[in-house]
Amino acid sequence: MRDDPIPLDDSQRLVDEIARAISTQTPLSVRGGNTKAFLGRGVPDGAPDGARELDTRSHSGIVRYEPTELVITARCGTSVAALSAALDAAGQMLPCEPPEFDGRATLGGAVASGLSGPRRPWAGSVRDFVLGCRLITGEAKHLRFGGEVMKNVAGYDMARLAAGSYGCLGVMTEVSLKVLPKPRATRSVVLDMTAGKAMTALTNWRRGALPVTGACYADGLLHVRLEGGEGSVESAIGHIGGADLDMAFWTDLREHRLPFFADPRPLWRLSLPVAAPLMPLPGDVMLDWGGAQRWLKSHADASSIQAIAAAAGGHATRYSADATPAPRGAASPFMPLSAPLLRLHRALKARLDPHGLFNPGRLYADF
Amino acid sequence: MSYRYDEAIDGPLVTHDRATVVAELRARVPGLTILHEAEELRPFECDGLSAYRTTPLLVALPDTVEQIETLLRYAHEARIPVVARGAGTGLSGGALPLEKGILLVMARMNRIVAIDPDAGIARVQPGVRNLAISQAAAPYGLYYAPDPSSQIACSIGGNVAENAGGVHCLKYGLTVHNILKLEVLTIEGERVTLGSDALDSPGFDLLALFTGSEGMLGIVVEVTVKLLTKPQSARVLLASFDDVERAGSAVAEIIGAGIIPGGLEMMDNLAIRAAEDFIHAGYPVDAAAILLCEVDGAESDVREDCERVEALLRTAGATDVRLARDEAERQKFWAGRKNAFPAVGRISPDYYCMDGTIPRRELPGVLSGIERLSQQYGLRVANVFHAGDGNLHPLILFDANAGETERAEALGGAILELCVKVGGSITGEHGVGREKINQMCAQFNADELTLFHALKAAFDPQGLLNPGKNIPTLHRCAEFGAMHVHHGALPFPELERF
Repeated sequence: MRDDPIPLDDSQRLVDEIARAISTQTPLSVRGGNTKAFLGRGVPDGAPDGARELDTRSHSGIVRYEPTELVITARCGTSVAALSAALDAAGQMLPCEPPEFDGRATLGGAVASGLSGPRRPWAGSVRDFVLGCRLITGEAKHLRFGGEVMKNVAGYDMARLAAGSYGCLGVMTEVSLKVLPKPRATRSVVLDMTAGKAMTALTNWRRGALPVTGACYADGLLHVRLEGGEGSVESAIGHIGGADLDMAFWTDLREHRLPFFADPRPLWRLSLPVAAPLMPLPGDVMLDWGGAQRWLKSHADASSIQAIAAAAGGHATRYSADATPAPRGAASPFMPLSAPLLRLHRALKARLDPHGLFNPGRLYADF
Repeated sequence: MSYRYDEAIDGPLVTHDRATVVAELRARVPGLTILHEAEELRPFECDGLSAYRTTPLLVALPDTVEQIETLLRYAHEARIPVVARGAGTGLSGGALPLEKGILLVMARMNRIVAIDPDAGIARVQPGVRNLAISQAAAPYGLYYAPDPSSQIACSIGGNVAENAGGVHCLKYGLTVHNILKLEVLTIEGERVTLGSDALDSPGFDLLALFTGSEGMLGIVVEVTVKLLTKPQSARVLLASFDDVERAGSAVAEIIGAGIIPGGLEMMDNLAIRAAEDFIHAGYPVDAAAILLCEVDGAESDVREDCERVEALLRTAGATDVRLARDEAERQKFWAGRKNAFPAVGRISPDYYCMDGTIPRRELPGVLSGIERLSQQYGLRVANVFHAGDGNLHPLILFDANAGETERAEALGGAILELCVKVGGSITGEHGVGREKINQMCAQFNADELTLFHALKAAFDPQGLLNPGKNIPTLHRCAEFGAMHVHHGALPFPELERF
């Protein structure tokens, strides 16, 4: 299903389009594979009031990859699937497991949204693996931040700030990511237990340094992935028991292809502290990330779901697009920011994107 | 031109009368400890970069967040710059005071607020020492991973300001990878929470932005760190090489084989000899280079990996490979490396520690380039290298009393330029501070620096937080950077550093 364009440095076109957007004062709706359109507020399209689409996919291709450096640098339009394939061939991987969404998700979109897969609590987030990026700013300048080295504290960490910013601060044209060798051994098991027992077991395994790299509780079953050296994985399996589980489970979880996600009710994501207790939620629930990420299928209203998440020390995000594009004043599917935090966000947006070009309103109505 | 704040180049500052500021602060912030007599201020004139010294307007030693809030509100109204300081161990002059500024010393904010062993987190005040966190977590079998060599003294607030690293970064990450939440105060004295106890937060990743921002965006008043379970087992191999390049390729071989060591350090002959002379770690003094490779994790994985690493090292041409027999020998092998800086300090009247990073593949070229520069400038250089993550610490040996300071400075600048040229960075973990402010002009172009200034202005439009550090003004780069880049002249010979 992958349809990668020919590797091409098309950054000049992107710079030109942004320069044109400045001169015509037309906001841009930045997209790669458009696989995360369900996330965030819709950027209204159609000039003069709406935004023009800026498609980044033509700027694609792996720029540099030397496995022994543990760094891959690629253009934003490169598909995540193509990156994974290149890494796989060298026995390496993106430990943060960004979803590939039928091969259409691009590197730019993966980093801009920062969605991380089942390994996240143990290996780190997409942002954690970002080493550097090239970025076109709100003044149509094509700049470079960070680099291809593991340690770099020169200047502000613009590259990690861009990660997860939903394209609101600039257009990332190239990203360097730290990569890691694939584990020598991987096993996956499923255990029949209550959710309460599962949470206790996960805490004990964490304290016991078991090599867990995936833990999902669904339909009365705890699904566990173990990765590491042969010895530690085998001994962990001996310790926790359970029945063998097909590794495809983790891909389906990452790609939101498990039956749970087919439920027609809106999907919510609750991000909670690692040790957050189980709590009643108004709908069907699946626990991922060992309980730190909880998926909820529910018709309950946003404020009540977000209040539950906030009370537990986390936040909730609506993961289903509304049936109709959100009008300008519509609430954000992301949790409201505190007043001082919102002020900092507005100030940052105004300074880095003074013409208000990039994805206005995608995160919050205010900017 | 010196390292001192130069208002003509770094930007104007408002002049205040010391006695007035002291009186006003006393009135506004009851109970705040204020130091303002000359002899009281002297210990705070410098941080770990002791060659740079400036007497601050005054020193404030707050005990509570409320005192800091009120102090910041006052400083903001009166337009007095504020320089935050943790334990003062920084190596780049990031906490160098300003004559016209308040030095905000966080040393008394040193309480471990809470440890939650089940969640694997600790909430601590910014003045808590790095090692104290691991010590407090030890009864639970947990520790805080980043371990800068100053960890016995340096504070977590300073670690956040510098995005501090250590010898285990390749596997366990930097400060930014090991913190969950920051409580910060803006220059207006407004309290903001960045990040959360959950693994992510809505909005921009200001937690990542603040980490490594050198006290330029806000004041950190509480840090929530992640704690890791102590690895079951850790073993270290010491490999000798008669050729630096072969040692470099051995590093690539280990990583290419899919092994991520907990620590992977290289030392060259001069550093080996200095360390051995000082610590008697059992290093081979005739080796051109040694590699220390530590493998940690589950018992059986460590055993497997040690065998693999040993075989790889031998194939890569190691003349000798020794596995530390026991914990005591492991500690001894590490002691040599961890004391490399003071060891070099014993064989030279002065030394200047650099902190460049490079893509690892460039190591042989960079080392021979450093050797060439060393001969050209007539100063010896000992190399200590975090080989796993490409962070090079060349130590330039010189004698300030023999007038070699400027040459050492120039050699250091040339080495950093070499790092930038091969795709690296002028600083991996020590920060820009005041020390590398001019080299920033080589690392970044005017547009990039302009964006940094815009970003800073979003948090601190009046430029009151730590002015003159981290990001050079374009004026500064025009004065020094242009010459630096275009004329190929010795960089900054006019700087009177050290």
